[in-house]
Order: sequence, then structure tokens, then C-alpha cells
Amino acid sequence: MSKTGGGQEKKKRQGGGGEGDDDAGQTQTDVAKKAEEVKEDLDELLDEIDSVLEENAEEFVRSFIQKGGE
Amino acid sequence: MAIPKVMGTETEYGITVPTSADFNPVLGSSLLINAYAAQAIKRIRWDYEEESPLRDARGFDLRTEAGEGAVDGDLGLANVILTNGARYYVDHAHPEYSTPECTNPRELVIHDRAGERILEESMKRAAEVMPGGDRILIYKNNTDGKGTSYGTHENYLVDRAVPFARLVHDILPFFVTRQLYCGAGLLGGQSPGKEGTYQISQRADFFEVEVGLETTLKRPIVNTRDEPHADPEKYRRLHVIIGDANMSQVATFLKLGTTAIVLKMIEDEAITEDFSFDNSVQSLRAISHDTQCKDTYKLRDGRTVRAVDVQWAYHEMAQKYFARNDPDPWTAEVMLRWDEMLSGIERDPMTLAGQVDWVAKYRMLDGYRLKNDLAWKDSKLRMMDLQYHDVREDKGLAYLLERGGKLERLVDEDSVQRAMVEPPSDTRAYFRGSCLAKYSKHIAAASWDSVIFDTGQDILQRVPMSEPLRGTREHVAPLLAQCDTAAELVSRLQG
Repeated sequence: MSKTGGGQEKKKRQGGGGEGDDDAGQTQTDVAKKAEEVKEDLDELLDEIDSVLEENAEEFVRSFIQKGGE
Repeated sequence: MAIPKVMGTETEYGITVPTSADFNPVLGSSLLINAYAAQAIKRIRWDYEEESPLRDARGFDLRTEAGEGAVDGDLGLANVILTNGARYYVDHAHPEYSTPECTNPRELVIHDRAGERILEESMKRAAEVMPGGDRILIYKNNTDGKGTSYGTHENYLVDRAVPFARLVHDILPFFVTRQLYCGAGLLGGQSPGKEGTYQISQRADFFEVEVGLETTLKRPIVNTRDEPHADPEKYRRLHVIIGDANMSQVATFLKLGTTAIVLKMIEDEAITEDFSFDNSVQSLRAISHDTQCKDTYKLRDGRTVRAVDVQWAYHEMAQKYFARNDPDPWTAEVMLRWDEMLSGIERDPMTLAGQVDWVAKYRMLDGYRLKNDLAWKDSKLRMMDLQYHDVREDKGLAYLLERGGKLERLVDEDSVQRAMVEPPSDTRAYFRGSCLAKYSKHIAAASWDSVIFDTGQDILQRVPMSEPLRGTREHVAPLLAQCDTAAELVSRLQG
């Protein structure tokens, strides 16, 4: 059976967890980059929120009353 | 040997009519579903026969009621099955969408999102028949912030042979801590004094016990409902009620993927370390309020750990497990993204704003608050918290973040559109949905594990589907193609 070999190969591709190998390093760079992209222009988006946000927020939130579910 | 993780989600949506204070949510839910189903297909009644909690209460004669459509004979509530294999119905005072069964988390993300689109479409169609410009607004969240909660449940097929007590023991610490990347975020809580505080989970405040059968009071972290909707000798359906309603596709993907992995490990007795919390319920709630993710919690064996330490331990056990056991095609992506999430939590949770709902929402609220010089208690921020979950594509704030590239998309919109009408190809949902699409006039009822045909004879013909992985496209597509009528199909199946 090639079971063990197959598993090892997959493990390598998964990035190796918090053991600080190359794959994990790559992962951290990616996340940091994504985070930076997100930060850059949140400002523009905040302006857009004003144009879609429900009016009378106070009344809206107060009257949002649900019955239980599940 | 672990069995394939067939999985699905059930989402109860919050609804409101801002222009009508005395709006009835039960009738409103029915209206949404009927408005959608009226144009989708001939409405097929749900078959309750195999649903044990309801079976005794709802005995009915299929022969006399067949063809009546979507309206349940006892309660008058909408309850339909769609060509994509999903169930769409009224549960208590909410419209609920249960996805068809899927074999992998990515496809389930597609079907979960298709549910959002179906609710939005229902809203538009309902608005056409409502008086005076009234509209039902729909939210994929879990609480009104006034003490009421409604659920976003997950279901996983589990080997019946696993002793349930071990399953509970092995999964509890994972469930207590997975909110780190699955939490949908909540401004406030359910009691006075929590206004203006931000917490990770929509649901944590509502859980009172570790294990139990209830879902509406004394909610348990592990739910014990035993209703497999499949061969009960072989299978259990783990009904998970601890989760939040995720808008982020990555969060949904991870919630499903990591849980499926942990369940496979439990089946193969690969949870080798004990991370039982000294008090699971208290820890669940405290972790929800620890947005720095740095606090430590006491374990039963006396150690103290951070929530992320527990998640790392499960991740590490999973790596060891997959070194010995064949992974599924989706395993590698889940493992990598799980690693990314935990690394991000360690470094700074705010770096996960593009993937994790509670962080995405927090950053948006905080940015808006600073820009407009608002207090955390401001009702505008509470409105934003709610509207993050709005299912309207042009109003929902999670969708706004997605459009602006601030919240990562995992699946493309074409797949989502297809999933609104087409079933997954590799589970019994394929047979259910395809029969609905082709023979709807001759289907009297359907459920998770049966389709009941009315071919004009004295007796209705029930086709059982107790194996979730049979009735796939590969298995039945040639047969369906050969049968022009339901009568032919039934006769071939009996032959």
C-alpha cells in the first residue's frame, strides 16, 4: 500500500503548521499582504456605507424584535 | 475507518417589516416561501414519515392529501422542496433554508450562498404582492440583541459505531474555541450593561450546558438529537447548533472543513490529547468577549491555555492524522487556511479582516466610529451590525465589503446561480432534485431519505434513499434519461 507515502506528500503541501518551515513562512507573507490590501482603502468604503445604511437607525434597531427559532 | 463526511447547513433567517409594527413573522415566512415556490416549481409537500419528532403528531393520509401543494395539512405553513435538493420551510417564526447534502466544504459554501440568493429572490417576489409598498427585510444572523436567538445549524454524517460519549468528549474543546475564526461578531449582548461591547460570537451568550437534546432553551454546546435521516444502523447525523451565521465564504468553508476533519479523526480515534475545559460554557462565553485572543482558560487537568492553543493542538493532531491516513481532495486547502487563521490570530486578529466575519465587522464598525466620532453604543453602529447580515446584494454590508475586495470570495457567482436550481451531483440530493425537476407532477411528497411518487395508481410508491451517497449522477443519470415518465421510473426501480 502506498498509503503512508501519499499521506506524507499531502502533509508537505499543507504547509507544515507552526513549525516554521518554508511553507508556513510563505503563508504568513500572504496573510500580511492581504491585511495590508484590506487596510488601504477602507476609507472609501466607509463613505459608501452612508449611502446604503437604513435611515432612522435608532427606531429600526429598537423595533427589530424576533421570536425564537430552532 | 472514518466514513465520508456528507454535510449540510440549515439557516433560520431573521425577518422584519420596518413599515408594519404588527407584522406576523409566521405568515411573513410563509409568504416568502410561497412567493418563491409559486414560480419555481409545482410545490411538493414534505414527507414527515421518517422524522421522528413529528411523526406521531402529524399522521396524514398521503392518498387523500397528495397534490395539495406546499401547505402543510396541520398548520398551514409553507414547506417545499426545490429542484436543487434543498428544503425551504417555515420553522417557528423564521424562514429556514436547508441546503442539499454535499460531500465537501467548498460545494457547501456554494449551496449556503445559493440559500442567501433564494431568500433575496423570495423577498423581491413577496414585495410584489404586499400592500402599500411594505417589504420584508431578511437577515442572516442569529439574534435580535434582545434575548432571542435563532440558529444556523450544521449537519455531518457520522459513523454510528463511534460511542457518542467519546464523540462529545473529543469535540467539545474544539467547539468551544472554533469561534476564533467562525464567529460572526456582535455589538452588544443580551443583557443590560453589555451595550457598546463587542464580542466574537453571536451565539455564545445563549449556551447554558455542555450536552443535551434542547435547541430552544438550555442550549447545549453538543446537541444530542438522534435523527439520522439515513440508515440508523450505520449512521448518526451530528446536528451542530453552536455555530454562527457566517457571511464570509472563507469562514463558512473553514467552519465546515475543520469540523469535518475533526469528526473523521474522532471516528479513527486520533484525538490523542485531552483539552477538556474546566468549565466549557463559561470558557465559551469568556472567549467570545476576548477580542485580543490572549486570555487563558483553565482546563480540567489544571493547565491554563489560550483558545488558540487548543486550536493549534487540534491542527497538529490533524497533521499527524493525515500523515497516516489518506486525505480527501479538499483536506489540503482546509489545513492550509486553518494554519493561516491561527497564525493570524497569534500575530494580530485584525489581520484577518479579509476572511473572518467578526474581524471584518469590527474593523468596519471601528473605522466608521472613528471617522464619525461616534460612541460604541451609537444606534448607527448597531444598525451596521445588523445590516452586515442583510441578504440584499445592494444593501448588505458584508456584500459591500466583498464588492470592495475587502472580504475574500471563495466561489464564483455562476456556481451560486447554478446551485439555486441544480443539485450537487455526488449525493442522493441529485436523485431528489432531478426527480423534482423532471417528474414534479407525479411526486406526492419528498424528504431527506425518500421520494414518494403518485403515478395514478391506488397506492403511492415510496422510493427510500437511506444511503446518502447513492442516487448520485453517476448512479442514476442514465436511468433518469431513459425514463420519460414517473411510472416508467418507478417500474424500473422496482424491477
